[in-house]
Amino acid sequence: MSSFAPLLQSRSGGSGTRPALRARLERLANAAVTPLVPADYLDLFNPLRAGAELRGRVVAVEPETADAATIVIRPGSDWAGHVPGQYVHIGVDVDGVRQWRAYSLTHGPRRDGLISVTVKAVPEGVVSNHLVHEVRVGTLVHLEQATGEFVLAPEVADGPADGPADAPADGPRAKLLFVTAGSGVTPVVGMLRNLFPATDDGVLRLPRSAHLDITVVHVAPSRPDSIFRRDLEALDAAGAIRLVARYDDEHGLLDVSRLADLVPDLGERTTYACGPGGLLDALEAHHAEAGLELFTEQFRPANLVVAEGGEVSFTRTGATVDADGATTLLDAGESAGVLMPSGCRMGVCFGCVLPLKEGSVRDLRNGEVTTAVPGEVGPEGIRIQTCITAAAGPCHIEI
Amino acid sequence: MTVVSKKSESPIAHLSPEDVEELGRELDAIRQEVLDARGGSDAAYIRKVIDVQRKLELGSRAVLLASAFPPAFVAGTIGLSIAKILENMEIGHNVMHGQWDWMRDPKIHSTTWEWDNASTAEGWKHSHNELHHTYTNIIGKDNDLGYGIMRVDEDQRWYPFYLAQPVWNFINACFFEYGIAAYDLELGKNLKTPKDKRPESFKKSARATLAKIRKQATKDYVVHPLLSAPTGSLLPTLAANFTANLVRNLWSHSVIMCGHFPEGVETYEKAAIPEKETRGEWYLRQMLGSANISGSKAMHLMTGNLSHQIEHHLFPDLPSNRYAEVAPKVKALFDKYELNYHEAPLVAQVYSAWHKVVRLSLPNGWLETTNRSNLPGQLKLLWAMTTGDRKVRRVAQLRLDQQARRLAAARKVEKAA
Repeated sequence: MSSFAPLLQSRSGGSGTRPALRARLERLANAAVTPLVPADYLDLFNPLRAGAELRGRVVAVEPETADAATIVIRPGSDWAGHVPGQYVHIGVDVDGVRQWRAYSLTHGPRRDGLISVTVKAVPEGVVSNHLVHEVRVGTLVHLEQATGEFVLAPEVADGPADGPADAPADGPRAKLLFVTAGSGVTPVVGMLRNLFPATDDGVLRLPRSAHLDITVVHVAPSRPDSIFRRDLEALDAAGAIRLVARYDDEHGLLDVSRLADLVPDLGERTTYACGPGGLLDALEAHHAEAGLELFTEQFRPANLVVAEGGEVSFTRTGATVDADGATTLLDAGESAGVLMPSGCRMGVCFGCVLPLKEGSVRDLRNGEVTTAVPGEVGPEGIRIQTCITAAAGPCHIEI
Repeated sequence: MTVVSKKSESPIAHLSPEDVEELGRELDAIRQEVLDARGGSDAAYIRKVIDVQRKLELGSRAVLLASAFPPAFVAGTIGLSIAKILENMEIGHNVMHGQWDWMRDPKIHSTTWEWDNASTAEGWKHSHNELHHTYTNIIGKDNDLGYGIMRVDEDQRWYPFYLAQPVWNFINACFFEYGIAAYDLELGKNLKTPKDKRPESFKKSARATLAKIRKQATKDYVVHPLLSAPTGSLLPTLAANFTANLVRNLWSHSVIMCGHFPEGVETYEKAAIPEKETRGEWYLRQMLGSANISGSKAMHLMTGNLSHQIEHHLFPDLPSNRYAEVAPKVKALFDKYELNYHEAPLVAQVYSAWHKVVRLSLPNGWLETTNRSNLPGQLKLLWAMTTGDRKVRRVAQLRLDQQARRLAAARKVEKAA
């Protein structure tokens, strides 16, 4: 009865009772579906509704090259929007296992509310191969809000704040250089599409972008393997950008120290670079020496080392211990004085499960290695049984 | 049944330690095969079951809003009973075992799941996953054997109060979820301890369990009936919820009794388990300490695949939908190592388990030596044992043992002839 009496009382209240009524209805709904929550039932019928965990539904898969595709997604109602150049964490079930990856959003905000990511299938890439070759229209994916600092400053993206918007050609020009390698081109394409929308009649030259002077140095193994080649070439043909394409098979590997040969006015430009760690490191050294401004975004995190044993860090307690490849994480934690949860100590009861936030562990029963790459696992990490796993390289356990 | 180590003909005497370890390796290989094949179709299976269960529960509860209308009462009660059984058996029990943890879906995970039951997930995981599955059928360590209130083995001394154990067992079956909650809390042991000496962990768990029971009861016996009140269905909905809980209690109690209680399932004594039990030895104990129920696919689903109790005990963390395909391989190993694969239809197993409960409620040998012609004499003996002191019981027991031995010898002769 207790759940109901307050509900009736609130009716006789004044105008301020609406939130109270709502709270009581929520309590009633919770009481009616315990131990579940109302959302568990609502998700059965509308997983994209407002108030739900952020999800999205794949509405189209558009092939870009033989091994790349653009995945168009309708995000849930609570999608907060994004800025060109930002990326999104997507959780997708591959062979039944939830995997998380970050992908750059390939468009600016679209009028139809859809978002898209362009994915290149990398060798042995569990998620990229699944998205390019296997994912079906209608699949539900899990999302986090867009994030990332690799975006153009607002005054660059929207034009100078002062002065008439329709005649900025005579005004100050913003000179930019994009250096992209492989699929690192994706966030840059996102920015370019926003600045110069492609239509059936060709590339649009919007007034808000007229002040921009953009050079793109794009590096790829070969011309056919280059995703967004057509986009970049079309933008170049329309005069929106100057494209300097460097294909390893035609031109040899890019030598960063000779960048000024490709871009004569390098010194006047602000550089945005996106690609693998090696290229970014070389650019950072080069630009630091030359005193030039550089914004970077690494596209794939460095591969984690898989080894026998390693340093185990317990993130909340702050304890660390060097464990060999035969010592279970449970034993290692206990030896370091961590109050580890435990049970049967033989892999049966799941009473010892803790989140692995980063690093690799090995199942001592069958040698199977589980790796958590930051940004590629859900917010809760990968939960592992500490009583039958050992460190396989440095790893972080949350307790 | 007598603990394995005290049997005259041990069912494992023919196995060498090397055999046992080889058996362990072969079972590990079966497990690995499933791990290698586990994937998208398994994930789709459990999501489908959860989807169907939730829609069935929601639909049944909606129908019950008009349960004053008799067909709605019948349909709603049946639907809710099935939904509650599915939720506990095929979903809750198995998710909490970590069978679906590999999907890395935080919503279907042993660490986050809470089930529609009086016992808390936390308490259940401790008493069931940890104690029962680790110490399976070890008398005194595995509380599933008789839940600490029943005589489950000949080796336990008989006292007159065991005569009532069929009644207790039936009452326990009717209110099984509360029985589980009580034994998760080790209520018997803790209530005997003076209040100020009870461990802090018990007080905390007891509070959590009471809160859980209150929420469960509020849902089934307050909120749902009140929501049905506008159609004049308050009492029928209350009755429907009570019935659905009763049906689930009786069903899950029966299924669980079938898993370890039928005649012929082995029990173990604490002292006979080696300090460092090997993987092979642990597997062997699980093999002989469990019994399967044969039947249709629907039956397997409704038992949460605990009908494959043997496979479940060997591989408690493999997805339940895989037990059926594993069963023939496991059975082949039983044959190869000349072990008894205990399997029978539901009715036979339930009968067998109840037969054991009744048999052990009586002094050893009493039921075997009783027939229609000697019934008055046997009843007199039982009366004497029930009302007499220890000495009377001992003398009477000796007589029963002697009669039982003679009967067994006579049967042997008959068989030989």
